[in-house]
Amino acid sequence: MTKELFIQGNEACARGAIEAGCRFFGGYPITPSTEIAEYLSIALPKVSGSFIQMEDEISAIGSVIGASWSGIKSMTATSGPGFSLMQENIGFAIMSETPLVIVNVQRGSPSTGQPTMAGQGDMMQARWGSHGDYETIAISPSSVQEFFDFTILGFNLAEKYRVPVVILADEVIGHMREKVHLQDNIETLKRIKPKEDLKDFLPFKNVENGTNPMPSFGDGYNIHVTGLTHNERGYPITTSPKDHSTLVKRLVNKILKNRENIVSTNFKYCDDADIVLIGYGSPIRSIMEAVKIGRENGIKIGYLKINTPWPFPEDEVAKIAKNVDDLIVVEMNLGQMVHEVERVAKNDTNVHLFSEIGGTLPKPTDILNKVKKLL
Amino acid sequence: MIQINPDLCKGCYICVEICPKSVYLISNVTNKKDIKIPAPENEKNCITCHLCELECPDQAIYVEDKND
Amino acid sequence: MAEKNKQDFITDEEKNPYIKYFRKDRLPTIFCSGCGIGITINSFLKGLESADIDFNNLSLVSGIGCSSRVPGYLNCDSLHTTHGRAMSFATGLKIGNPDLNVVVFTGDGDASAIGGNHLIHAARRNINLTVICINNNIYGMTGGQVSPTSPEGTLATTAPYGSIDTPFNLIDLVTAAGASFVGRWTTAHPLQLSKTIKNGLLNNGFSFIEVVSQCPTYYGRKNKLKTPVSMIKMFKENSINKRRADTLSEEELLGKIVVGEFVNKKRGELSKKIDDLSYIKSGRNTIRKSAYIF
Repeated sequence: MTKELFIQGNEACARGAIEAGCRFFGGYPITPSTEIAEYLSIALPKVSGSFIQMEDEISAIGSVIGASWSGIKSMTATSGPGFSLMQENIGFAIMSETPLVIVNVQRGSPSTGQPTMAGQGDMMQARWGSHGDYETIAISPSSVQEFFDFTILGFNLAEKYRVPVVILADEVIGHMREKVHLQDNIETLKRIKPKEDLKDFLPFKNVENGTNPMPSFGDGYNIHVTGLTHNERGYPITTSPKDHSTLVKRLVNKILKNRENIVSTNFKYCDDADIVLIGYGSPIRSIMEAVKIGRENGIKIGYLKINTPWPFPEDEVAKIAKNVDDLIVVEMNLGQMVHEVERVAKNDTNVHLFSEIGGTLPKPTDILNKVKKLL
Repeated sequence: MIQINPDLCKGCYICVEICPKSVYLISNVTNKKDIKIPAPENEKNCITCHLCELECPDQAIYVEDKND
Repeated sequence: MAEKNKQDFITDEEKNPYIKYFRKDRLPTIFCSGCGIGITINSFLKGLESADIDFNNLSLVSGIGCSSRVPGYLNCDSLHTTHGRAMSFATGLKIGNPDLNVVVFTGDGDASAIGGNHLIHAARRNINLTVICINNNIYGMTGGQVSPTSPEGTLATTAPYGSIDTPFNLIDLVTAAGASFVGRWTTAHPLQLSKTIKNGLLNNGFSFIEVVSQCPTYYGRKNKLKTPVSMIKMFKENSINKRRADTLSEEELLGKIVVGEFVNKKRGELSKKIDDLSYIKSGRNTIRKSAYIF
């Protein structure tokens, strides 16, 4: 059984969060993400959850980390300026292995930029925004349906790998209205308590797959959670090169070694294509239209849709690169993910950038004109 | 009976100063960090007010209540 | 000097009344000799015992700085967070599970400089946290820089000619922001402090307890108070009880440390309000630990 609704992207995200088991939201108003907070302020008390509007984005993510350790699936939503403010605590969430979801409805940037217009300028910030070495998971929806589905996916990945997951949406997806199918048999991932006795449990053990079960505060494990480099017990140990290296490599590898389980892409017409368009988020809509028109006009063109910009789908891009003459990366910034595509594809094919900034979606005909110039 | 744990004592001598009955004196015994440990030299004057326990920043003092 | 042998000091460390609450595998602490933080910990533990609070239901939260190292030494759930932000982590923790007793350990820099905004908003919300702010008037962890509570004229590594800033009065700050329990003592008043901490823990709302504390290493050495003992003596001599202070003029109070309990009033508490709203809208309180359920 599915229910059909015609709703705004931000509402779909909020509904997805509730379906995924989110019962705490801490946030701060910012265009164009505010409707997520507004919807959850109505919805959370109705499902025995908690909503709080904090004093800024720094405290918003702080409250979310605290709530997650209390044993509640938790999230916040923001846009570029707020995402910048959150960066230090995102690093804390990485280091302390705190599952949570951050929705970033991207707008025109830098700085205050274009609050009501779309952009994709935060792609690299999502990857490298906090200081230090780390790997992260980011998911980009390109429709209202995907904003719903990917929010649920984000919560499941956050729990599975005990990491902060960023939903990198944009203003177009946040504010557009589309039909959404709400399934009622949604799979959610429950948090699992440790099996060991209280005394034997090492909360930050150097386990093979990288991820330990997570107790909550008040369970009796007397855990110590710190952003300092810590040993398996959680105690600070800040001058041992070996302990630091073991910890940071485990945190990085739990994403990298599971890359194939996390990465998600879709592609079409790539088998016989001479040129493949690569994109993520709302510009995918323009790409699909450009490919449709191109194919109708006999141009051998296909597309690769990246659902998970981070970790970057290296293998998928490399595979396509071997069989095409040109790759065109379409993004609403002056070129960010194109560098990743170049990194894995430049020896096999020509990599080009189609860049559109200013807040509106790239036009399919403009993309097609770029394609025609390469033929 | 008053006990002092030399491993925890850092030699701040707050106990020597705040004891209302001047029970403590700095002894000649040093710990691993070469700190001279205070000793309850005038223990007989102790009124077991436990102020030294509370004021010892390093949890190094134990004062046993006297059985009358 | 008294003649003593090493064996005179053989001791059963379990017997100290406070040591049983420590993570013993982490001792000794990193705190300097004579640091007031250890005295504050003792007073806190004494207050906790007299308030009859279950140590196993206690969650400690802290930010960055010497005072923020306290939770790492006590054997309960503890969250050592980013600089200045402890109040926001504690807010999420308390709302997520209102059954927890949440205590924040912070310092003057952590709470009132980088974390000033979170402090006043936590006080405004009257969320049931007990905040113990160990105020040593200096940044100790980074080596003795001037802080928002350093008195004018204080010598610090970043105030080599004496501080020309006007300091915060933390008590006035949190009182104005709406804290429902406010107290201040010094490390020269451990008994009074433990009683005030007890009262703060029992207050169902935002409790702020300032502990004026010595940093002999950085504050003392630079400001002609070289030993912990001289600093504690100074606190004792300059302290004046709130009741007496109320009768004195501003000039007469110059350089004095006013101690006592300043606010103790009942006011609606945030996590209870959120629980109540959940009850009205869903027929039950907020679900505890729901991440393990769905």
